[in-house]
Amino acid sequence: MIKITFYLFSLILIFAASRVITIKNPVHAALFLVLAFFSSAAIWLILQAEFLAMVLILVYVGAVMVLFLFVLMMLNVNFDTLREGFVRHLPLAAFVGAVILLEMVLVVGTWHHALPTEVATGSNTAALGSVLYTEYVYPFEIAAAILLVAMIAAIALTMRPHTRSKYQKPEQQVRVRREDRIRIIKD
Amino acid sequence: MPELNEFLIVGAVLFCISAAGIFLNRKNLLIILMCIELMLLSVNMNFIAFSYFNADLAGQVFVFFILTVAAAESAIGLAILIILFRNKYSINVDDIDTMKG
Repeated sequence: MIKITFYLFSLILIFAASRVITIKNPVHAALFLVLAFFSSAAIWLILQAEFLAMVLILVYVGAVMVLFLFVLMMLNVNFDTLREGFVRHLPLAAFVGAVILLEMVLVVGTWHHALPTEVATGSNTAALGSVLYTEYVYPFEIAAAILLVAMIAAIALTMRPHTRSKYQKPEQQVRVRREDRIRIIKD
Repeated sequence: MPELNEFLIVGAVLFCISAAGIFLNRKNLLIILMCIELMLLSVNMNFIAFSYFNADLAGQVFVFFILTVAAAESAIGLAILIILFRNKYSINVDDIDTMKG
């Protein structure tokens, strides 16, 4: 039963991934990417990584893909011109992909790894948390710093210099003199 | 339960699809970013498969950090894409040739 579920979700995953790279409309590509994330979250659930599966759905589908869709719909791009050369590159892309796939399948296809002897019991989230906050606490803090830097960088990159917004400049307000503001036209 | 190499093959197929996607859509910056996300997903799949079959949580911790870095990457990537579009009115990779690379 688990095998059937695994094959089903793998097929959906591979189908969705191949639609992502071949579909014309980038909005549909983003939606197929969401489908790919969902089906791989299901495969991760089969592998008993519940916490990461939920994080994948919440963070990727909930945040990153929404950001993608937001940018896609905000930009007014003519996507037809961006597809020029699709057919021309198709043989090369198929060749390179097939060669990489063939090599990888040749390497890993013959492996036989024994099933895990000890099956994890209890909560995966608790187990992950107990190592994350003890053994991996420094990498965890570095990850937090990376997220902060990314947030500041994204805001700093996209912030426009103010053109129409009205706000006070205190240094000019302090520096102002009587002559700047009033003009005596008649004694 | 499927065997380890079946999970690895699914990861390999996903990786090849995304590598081919970068070749196919080499003009569209957005699709290239999506292909990078798919590639990271395939790597995460391998990590989690090994983590399960070796009964070692280190793989899942690593996936956690990969997810963090990938989220940061896509946020900054999309920010760069937006300012690029503001300046050049295009997200075509061929138009980004200011540095003559």
